[in-house]
Amino acid sequence: MMTEERHIFSVLVENRFGVLARIAGLFSGRGFNIDSLNVAETDDPDVSHMTIVTHGDAQIIEQIYKHLNKLIDVIKVTDLTVENHVEREIVLIKVYAEPQRRGEILQIVEIFRAHTVDVGPDSLIIEVTGDEGKLKAVVDLLHPYGIQELARTGKIAIMRGAPK
Amino acid sequence: MELSGAKILIESLKQEGVEYVFGVNGGAAMPIFDALYDHPDVKLIMMRHEQGASHAADGYARATGKVGVTLATSGPGATNLVTGIATAYMDSIPMVAITGQVFTHLMGNDAFQECDVIGVTRPVCKHSYLIKSGDEVADVIAEAFHIASTGRPGPVVVDFAKDAQIHESLFRYPEKVNIRSYKPKVEGHPRQIAKAVELIHNAERPILYAGGGVTLADGSEELRELAIKTGIPITVTLMGLGAFPETHPLAMEMPGMHGSCCANYAFTDSDLVVAIGARFDDRVTGDLTKFAPNAKKIHIDIDASCIGKNVPVDVPIVGDAKRVLAEMNKLVHRVDIEPWMRQINEWKEQYPFEYDQKGDNIMPQYVIEQIYDLYSDAIVVGDVGQHQMWAAQYFKFTEPRQWLNSGGLGTMGFSLPAAIGAQLGCPDKTVVNINGDGSYIMTIQELVPAITMKLPLKIFIINNMYLGMVRQWQELFHQKRYAGVDYHDNPDFAQLADAFGATGIRVERIEDVRPALEKAKGIDDGPVVIDFIVDEEENVFPMVPAGAGLGDVIRGLA
Repeated sequence: MMTEERHIFSVLVENRFGVLARIAGLFSGRGFNIDSLNVAETDDPDVSHMTIVTHGDAQIIEQIYKHLNKLIDVIKVTDLTVENHVEREIVLIKVYAEPQRRGEILQIVEIFRAHTVDVGPDSLIIEVTGDEGKLKAVVDLLHPYGIQELARTGKIAIMRGAPK
Repeated sequence: MELSGAKILIESLKQEGVEYVFGVNGGAAMPIFDALYDHPDVKLIMMRHEQGASHAADGYARATGKVGVTLATSGPGATNLVTGIATAYMDSIPMVAITGQVFTHLMGNDAFQECDVIGVTRPVCKHSYLIKSGDEVADVIAEAFHIASTGRPGPVVVDFAKDAQIHESLFRYPEKVNIRSYKPKVEGHPRQIAKAVELIHNAERPILYAGGGVTLADGSEELRELAIKTGIPITVTLMGLGAFPETHPLAMEMPGMHGSCCANYAFTDSDLVVAIGARFDDRVTGDLTKFAPNAKKIHIDIDASCIGKNVPVDVPIVGDAKRVLAEMNKLVHRVDIEPWMRQINEWKEQYPFEYDQKGDNIMPQYVIEQIYDLYSDAIVVGDVGQHQMWAAQYFKFTEPRQWLNSGGLGTMGFSLPAAIGAQLGCPDKTVVNINGDGSYIMTIQELVPAITMKLPLKIFIINNMYLGMVRQWQELFHQKRYAGVDYHDNPDFAQLADAFGATGIRVERIEDVRPALEKAKGIDDGPVVIDFIVDEEENVFPMVPAGAGLGDVIRGLA
């Protein structure tokens, strides 16, 4: 039995109608999973950058890589897992924060170099940027206070240094 | 000069050298048909159902190697094309499917005859375009033909909004297509090729395993050279039949579920499998854990995603089959595999394709043998089912593009319209359509355009009054519970052919088989339909049951 691994693909695509559906269809049609997918324009408005986090055994990962490359609108695919890369994710957390507990929460925010981006009568919205471990730590710590809402961007990632 | 989008489309088709457009008219495609109305170079072939139109374009493409073009209206017209698009996709056939679409301001509003064609066809085409403005047409058509015909070929869908068909803009056809994200790799890597050649030279029990990709790459000559130069025995798949002449001493015939025992045993015992433009389909390999267990595998394919998909490969070579084979041929020499060849020839002699004559019944295999005897040079268009397997087994194909069939999707109803496309593409050839009673009636309406155009098609129905292949599985694996396969309520196909305006002949006795086939040869002012009433419960053997290994082939019922 081959072991399952998590992989991060960086995919440059033509910024065109229907591209996202083609990529999503590639996964759904073969029963492959997308753990997270982030897509936005690059500095070139004709090109979008996608970061796809997926998992599977080596054979599935190879198939995903090849099928991504096969799509006509895909310009370049890089499996960042095997490259030296930087990855980030943002999470927004709306947490219950009655005035008497606010101090504790703000301390957590400070320790993790997170930001408070909104204050309500009995809630705070906190923004955290980082890797998976950091985000998990913050979410776990805030959990006892009561999380009202949580949204994350999914990973974005790029390779370090100059391209080969 | 400013032209309407529809006129630009037709001018673009002309630029691509399109002779025929196979279509069915409808509201959202009317401007396109209007533009075809008096165009001298691009001829409209009016089919009777969009599925038929798509198969006709497909058959044209298979027979000629050129891109087939099909045209339908929006909504139901487009959805009727889907089976044909999927059929072409599975067999990597170059096709451009053009569909009318409702006005752009109505799109997404559940307009009359609206359907999200791009969405519906996405998983069954190589690529697709939505044209929302007339000035996009020329570029889109140039790209569509380029994508359909290069790399691993396949169908490209062009969905064309009605206002864009009407909108006028300047026509300028691009001289060259350059898509930065699409650069198929055609040259095989020299180091990989050298590695492959080394394996070939050192193997004791090698076999060549060639598929439809060889025909698609026009690599039949190079394949022949490789086999003959090295002296390695070769099996050619259902999709590749004819790429290597089946009459040659090195030919082991088709492998797989209903393939020759020789080919299947050779896979099982081989120490090297050289796959060329073949994709280790489940109908070829049987149980993967028992497939060629002792063999190293070389896999040549233009589509990297095909390599390593089903079977682990030792030497992958991504590239065009013709070019890679040509490079290999420069390096290979004859291999000394005399004991292996002795074994191969023993299997061939011991287990030829064979059948028993049952009483006075017309045996379907006998009909195929007689067709082969009288029409050995013909293009044969097969449908899907038992007759398809018998045709593949008993007709000895010697040329590429001589055998056309829906191998991947297995689309019943494919063959009659595909035969129309093949005949138009190859007017000097005899086109034989070997059909089943179940598959024939699925697209029988396409007899009409064949008659109108006086196409001299030879339509031979192997009529056993059943969905025979399913019945065979029910007999073997479902205790003869013949659910949903009884076709004894078939109409009289000969009379029906007469009613359409073709020549119909019904054959019920063995002694009438050959005379009827001979008579059909002389009928050249339109299609002839011969309804061969054959033994009802004859089975296709050999057979590797689904899930079994190739070594466990059943040669027949005791």
